[in-house]
Amino acid sequence: MLLEMFSYSFITRAVVVGSLVSLCASLLGVSLVLKRYSMIGDGLSHVSFGAMSVAAALNVAPLALSVPVVLAAAFLLLRLSESSRIRGDAAIAVISSSALAVGVIVTSLTTGLNTDVCNFMFGSVLAMTDSDVALSVVLSVIVIVVFALFYNKIFAVTFDESFSRATGVRAGLYNTVIALLTAVTIVLGMRIMGALLISSLVIFPALSAMRVCRRFKSVALCAAGLSLCCFLFGMVASYAFETPVGASVVVVDLAVFGLFCFLGRRR
Amino acid sequence: MNLIEIRDLTIGYDGKPVVSGLNFDISEGDYLCILGENGSGKSSLVKAILGLKSAYSGHIHFAQGFSRREIGYMPQKTEVQRDFPAGVFEVVLSGCQGAMGLKPFYGRAEKRRAASAMERLGITEIKNECYRNLSGGQQQRVLLARALCSADRMILLDEPTTALDPPSTAEFYRIIESLNSDDGVTVVMVSHDTAGALENSNRVLHLGGMESMFFGETADYVKTKLGKKFLGGDE
Ligand SMILES: Nc1ncnc2c1ncn2[C@@H]1O[C@H](COP(=O)(O)OP(=O)(O)OP(=O)(O)O)[C@@H](O)[C@H]1O
Ligand SMILES: [Mg+2]
Repeated sequence: MLLEMFSYSFITRAVVVGSLVSLCASLLGVSLVLKRYSMIGDGLSHVSFGAMSVAAALNVAPLALSVPVVLAAAFLLLRLSESSRIRGDAAIAVISSSALAVGVIVTSLTTGLNTDVCNFMFGSVLAMTDSDVALSVVLSVIVIVVFALFYNKIFAVTFDESFSRATGVRAGLYNTVIALLTAVTIVLGMRIMGALLISSLVIFPALSAMRVCRRFKSVALCAAGLSLCCFLFGMVASYAFETPVGASVVVVDLAVFGLFCFLGRRR
Repeated sequence: MNLIEIRDLTIGYDGKPVVSGLNFDISEGDYLCILGENGSGKSSLVKAILGLKSAYSGHIHFAQGFSRREIGYMPQKTEVQRDFPAGVFEVVLSGCQGAMGLKPFYGRAEKRRAASAMERLGITEIKNECYRNLSGGQQQRVLLARALCSADRMILLDEPTTALDPPSTAEFYRIIESLNSDDGVTVVMVSHDTAGALENSNRVLHLGGMESMFFGETADYVKTKLGKKFLGGDE
């Protein structure tokens, strides 16, 4: 069955992009979850949905419009949550629901809720092109290199941001880098996973890994491994049972989370 | 020598001043205690000194040959740390980050520095423990070691003993006292434990509105009405 599955080139592309995106999302997720920014993934995916709907209505390439828009949104969210006036979670909720509303209105006025829009919502394996594959390879190399090189700094900033700032670490810079990488990861991943489900790739692996691992490093490695396995497993399951990819991956992630909760309790 | 001179400092939030017209100095070798009620602006003052918060008006002047980077900071406990997966050594090492610039990995010098800070605070045995499983007192020592890693000319502690029981508090004060008198570290400590904090400090800054501001020697402070009230309230 596996051979048969990989004989479809669109599935191979989806597997490559999906695996790389899962890897990136889980690494970034470790920092985001620990900083209580879990919902940033959700917010950005809704913004991305809005941007893609507008792109579809205007007939421009979806990535060309959504990448810059989502980058801008990530930057804005970060600024908003740093200023004390609006709390981070409220800022995310405001931006994500507004973007979703814009997307829905634009589509209903133009193309209507066709399959394209449905795919933005729930994901599809058909969407990946060769340029997406290239982009995701480049992106994942960047994320992994940045994460490895800045590992100690990301640890310091995540563990205690005000201390890091006080000692002269450029915390704002590292926050921005993480937010921007998250934005690109989300935009790439949501084509497969769907806007409603992509944030699970960011959150679940980190949460599961934190149940059993006690070190930042082992949490990061464990999350990356889990994320990859869950994605592949979910992908195969979705092929076997003909279920949507995004939802299948989330269900696998949830099952693993349950298992790790249990294991963590036992220890 | 005055390491830091603060003149007419006003700080606040959203246009409303919290502390205004503040004047005081921190000299080399001082053990300065910052007292005041909840919300009187102690943590805000600490953040202003560290440059985490900008002042509305006034000056914070650093002596020549002394800079912000030479202040080791121990923050009031934050939420995030409670379930954070981190090893003790990792946490202490992260104190070295500030001095490292863009250098990605810790070298031998940083590791030696962290090890000696841990040695000084007697936490070498728990080096490989997980931070979140430590007791409150051990956690505070780890954070102090991290502060020492970042700088050892001056340390700025924001309510370090709030979560500690009396024996751990006494032990913690003993460590601070020895850092101050044996190693010549300038200590600035925010505290609610008036009696305990005054035992070792040589100077006091009391925040709390115009009428109840005090800066001066500890010996003088305990004689003022304000000092008597704060000490009396604790006993
Ligand atoms: N981020 C903030 N935004 C707005 N106001 C703030 C902020 N942080 C503190 N304040 C206000 O500033 C005042 C001083 O706060 P600060 O934390 O400096 O007090 P504190 O003396 O350290 O109190 P505590 O003893 O409880 O630690 C308080 O009235 C508080 O409401
Ligand atoms: Mg405070």
